[in-house]
Amino acid sequence: MTLTDIKTAPPTAWFGIVVIALYILVALFAPLIAPFGETEIVGMEFEPWGGAYPLGTDNLGRDVVSRLIWGTRNSLGIALATTALAFGAGATLGLLAAVTGGWVDQILSRLVDMLIAIPALLFALLLLSIYGTGIVNLVIVIAVIEATRVFRLARAVAMDVVVMDYVEAARLRGEGRGWLMRREILPNAAAPLIAEFGLRFCFVFLAISALSFLGLGIQPPTADLGSMVRDNAALITFGDITPLLPAAAIALLTVSINFVVDWVLHRASGLKD
Amino acid sequence: MHPLLRMTMQRLALGLLTLFAISLFIFLAIELLPGDLTEEILGQSATPETVAAFRRELGLDQPAHLRYLDWLGGALMGDFGTSLANGREIGELLAARFGNTLFLAAYAAAISVPLALSLGLLAALYRGSWFDRFVNVATLSSISFPEYFVAYILLLFLSVKWGLFPSIADFGSGADLGTMLYRTFLPALTLVLVVTAHMMRMTRAAIINLLAQPYIEMARLKGASPARVILRHALPNALSPIINVVALNLAYLITGVVIVEVVFVFPGLGQLMVDSVAKRDIPVVQAACLIFAGIYILLNLAADLLAIATNPRLMHRK
Repeated sequence: MTLTDIKTAPPTAWFGIVVIALYILVALFAPLIAPFGETEIVGMEFEPWGGAYPLGTDNLGRDVVSRLIWGTRNSLGIALATTALAFGAGATLGLLAAVTGGWVDQILSRLVDMLIAIPALLFALLLLSIYGTGIVNLVIVIAVIEATRVFRLARAVAMDVVVMDYVEAARLRGEGRGWLMRREILPNAAAPLIAEFGLRFCFVFLAISALSFLGLGIQPPTADLGSMVRDNAALITFGDITPLLPAAAIALLTVSINFVVDWVLHRASGLKD
Repeated sequence: MHPLLRMTMQRLALGLLTLFAISLFIFLAIELLPGDLTEEILGQSATPETVAAFRRELGLDQPAHLRYLDWLGGALMGDFGTSLANGREIGELLAARFGNTLFLAAYAAAISVPLALSLGLLAALYRGSWFDRFVNVATLSSISFPEYFVAYILLLFLSVKWGLFPSIADFGSGADLGTMLYRTFLPALTLVLVVTAHMMRMTRAAIINLLAQPYIEMARLKGASPARVILRHALPNALSPIINVVALNLAYLITGVVIVEVVFVFPGLGQLMVDSVAKRDIPVVQAACLIFAGIYILLNLAADLLAIATNPRLMHRK
């Protein structure tokens, strides 16, 4: 993608790029931007907007603005780590299945077929009830679920590449399996995988915040956008929109990513309206 | 044998096999726990006597395959054992809540399916117009919204600010249909908004995909009106992808219901499941999972069969 491509992007994609950049800046520089600490109790519970606390305080008297900034940092970081883990595992196994074929492919594919047949949220709930809630368990559970989806795509894309003459030539040269996967297939399967990364990140981000919202994901006192909605939900019955803010922050980011991915896919598929 | 009947039997067998594999997975996930369920639940400080008693009560002193067969056999008869948290029969616990969840999902489906299909058709018909663009941006946004965001916005305006609908979707056992529909309107509307967007986009994409076909060009050239081209020429061929999307979204409704039920304190299966996960009441979670997975498979099965029934070409695959 070159600079000229970005210049010709539709306004929705522009909007998406700017918003994503802002989120990344906020996440990176949270310690500098946030007026108060992540778990610092600064006042009474549920103080109104204005004054020292522009968006008031939450159910324990923590500054909402600071919590939003820290929460963005935590949610983004955890979602990114999870997606990276899912891609590492899913893509490696997918390429391995495509290169090796035979019973390795059969076993991996049937296993993934079975795991995909269970709806993702249920799967997560089942595993979390057994292994207990916590950040490490959460990351592993979501990564396993997403890795099955990545495996499918990676294997499908790699299957098309495996039959190419240059892969055959490399095999005849006596190259090992690792070389075939890394140097011959991965570069030719990277484009669809990168587009998928954006979409998968959205799913992961939404799944983690949904579980946190249910009280089963990231545990207090860590600030996180999903659990912030839950903590302050009681305010909504008094017509206060504070609990909507973290939810809106989640929605804004996922909308932006979708806008950008939509544009990239649209461009890649060569479709012009 | 009639080919459709044979196909039905095959798919049914495949569905049962999948369900069996899932039940095995649901059961075996516990076996992978390092150590033992007893330690996890009773904690490190439990005396050996309590641990032994607890293990006997759960049947953990038996080998895994016997416990699995016992559990599966019981589940087939509707007996899921007793809850760890309150000792009640899980079958009883699930029955009432399952009905509520089905009611909510059916309510949402009855509104969203016709709505999504007609909006999708209109967007395909007026492709590129401001209507299409507006619908495109609106649906892309609502797909990316978390369910609870949509739910709380509706709650804020329709319930708190304007007082039109109750914020807690709990109805007693003796409520008549009208009361039930009224009291569950907000959760149903949330689900409608969430699934309609997805179904609508896929309907539009399926139709637009077909519009590039030569026979559509032909129909246009012979002077058929745009509405006729879409309804008579494109729609029949778009039916099978649309049916698949509808089934996929109905299956999504079944799980999306979990979050909506929590927001509106609706006494359904999803809420029970979330409570049980928090309490680590594993038998209840397993039972709820098995039921959800069963419905999910059933819906996919129905979609497959309907798609085949509406597209005779799939029946004679070489």
